[in-house]
Amino acid sequence: MALLRADHVTHYFGGLCAVSDFNLDLEPGELVGIIGPNGAGKTTIFNLVTGVYKATEGSIQLNGQELVGRKPNAITQLGIARTFQNIRLFKDLTVLDNVRIAYYNWMKYSSWESLLHIGRYRAQEELFTNKALDLLEIFKLDHFADDLAKNLPYGSQRRLEIARALATGPKLLLLDEPAAGMNPREIEQLMEFILWIRKEFGLTILLIEHQMRLVMGICERLKVLDFGATIAEGLPAEIRANPKVLEAYLGEGGDQ
Amino acid sequence: MNMDNTPSSTPTPVSKGHALLERWKMRWDRIANNRKAFPIVLAVGFILSILIPRFGLVNEYVQLVIIYIGINIILTTSLNLINGYMGEFSVGHAGFMAVGAYVSAIFTTKLLPDNLGAIYFPLVVLAGGIGAALVGLVVSVPSFKTRGDYLAIVTLAFNMIVKSVIENIEAIGGPRGIPGIAKLTTLPWTFFWTVLAILVIRNFVYSNYGRGVQSIREDEIASDLMGVSTKQVKLLAFTLSSFFAGVAGALFAHVLQFISPKVFDIIKSTDVLIMVYLGGIGSITGSILGATVYTVLLEVLRPFGMWRMVLMPLMLVLLMIFRPRGIMGLREFRWLIPGFDLYALKYWRAKKEVSNGTSAS
Repeated sequence: MALLRADHVTHYFGGLCAVSDFNLDLEPGELVGIIGPNGAGKTTIFNLVTGVYKATEGSIQLNGQELVGRKPNAITQLGIARTFQNIRLFKDLTVLDNVRIAYYNWMKYSSWESLLHIGRYRAQEELFTNKALDLLEIFKLDHFADDLAKNLPYGSQRRLEIARALATGPKLLLLDEPAAGMNPREIEQLMEFILWIRKEFGLTILLIEHQMRLVMGICERLKVLDFGATIAEGLPAEIRANPKVLEAYLGEGGDQ
Repeated sequence: MNMDNTPSSTPTPVSKGHALLERWKMRWDRIANNRKAFPIVLAVGFILSILIPRFGLVNEYVQLVIIYIGINIILTTSLNLINGYMGEFSVGHAGFMAVGAYVSAIFTTKLLPDNLGAIYFPLVVLAGGIGAALVGLVVSVPSFKTRGDYLAIVTLAFNMIVKSVIENIEAIGGPRGIPGIAKLTTLPWTFFWTVLAILVIRNFVYSNYGRGVQSIREDEIASDLMGVSTKQVKLLAFTLSSFFAGVAGALFAHVLQFISPKVFDIIKSTDVLIMVYLGGIGSITGSILGATVYTVLLEVLRPFGMWRMVLMPLMLVLLMIFRPRGIMGLREFRWLIPGFDLYALKYWRAKKEVSNGTSAS
């Protein structure tokens, strides 16, 4: 059964159709890319899946559970985590706190226990702290743990955002332009890294990207959007050869 | 450029002053970083709060100022939870204070017999806090949908509503207020409630609920998408904040001995706002310092009469120019950070080394 199924999803902003009749079946463990020119509706799809926007029409299901109409934090709880195109870290909080916040859903102590620091509070906080630090170590960020997130170098901020997303314990990870602002060498590392976290955390990954090198390199399947409509889908090699895609998107960017 | 780096060109008076400053800074750091000092300060403070009124170590006026400092610390710390940690802008804190003051004053002047007031005082203050917390619960509802300037307007309206409602209830004195409240707020009780407010709010901030509150300030959408129930944490923050505002109101009523709706107008709210931003947002240490500095300065400047209200704002303007984040903005004294949180990284590293050691051998 598909992990994520989007069925005839359509979304309007006022009179503007941002996404029209979007369909997607994500099998567990897949790595699928969504590409398309700027303003094609890619990020809107992420916002629809994660509950930031409520789809005007259609249904989105995770493991058969309807997501449309649920609140973002409830959807996160079901097992979808994401990163953002423009990094959205909690800038004035420490790196450690950034990750610890993502354990909110796993918190078992009540607010009373938090007010008095009694009961399950201590054990749980220690658990979250150690888990967060273990996670940061994997991402080679543990030596930044006490620093403010805004003081991290750009690449580390990107990695921290992925670490924070993983802390929520997702089944499905949505990456919104993870390679934005990276040089070719960093992109190479990022590709390996994405493949590695997929294996290590047993994830299904859906990603939006402009960097053809990354998309063609690691995605198993691609969907191409233009003006909200799906204009092509298939294997990277097929997409590369699709004249419609070349016209809409790759045509401008040359033959990268 | 080169000249500046040679020691001979450095004027001696500057280096002397600098060295002295450095030494004071080091001394200050040592006090600030010695966490063992915290329980000692608490114990000494509590003993002093009993001894001072008992033996009249300082005169009545100074005692009164100390009580006001305590009340202001409670107000400032609790408002900082909303304006500093959550990053909203509440301008109606005096409204919650009014609820606490009136609820407690009704208990001591109307419901309880005079001789029992002193015995039940802690419960009366608690009742004031709970009354305000219930109102805070209601006020938190608009915060689910409204943010920033618009929420500020909501809190402003709330403050006005509380004031006019009280003015129009004849049973509690209407615009004339409640006179003749017994002076039940003593130094030890003020100390107790101040410490309680500081510790409880500290505890809340250093939990995942509190971090959730702070993540709303940083980025509400990201916070929501990381699984934080923003409604839940907003509700908690508002309720907790208004509870302690109510407590402060109750203490205030029983030291002022006379309350009227006029006492709790927008000016009072502004006072608390000034203390929050003077001390620094998102810092409990800042709230303590801000409340203390502001209260003491107002008293010190009293001889200047009318000019007081010129000098004080002028100081604030200067402070905002040279230290826009207040005295302690987003920073904290190490005393106030729970130990295991402060040393989390250290503990984790030590644990790691132990497990590495055992796996290697």
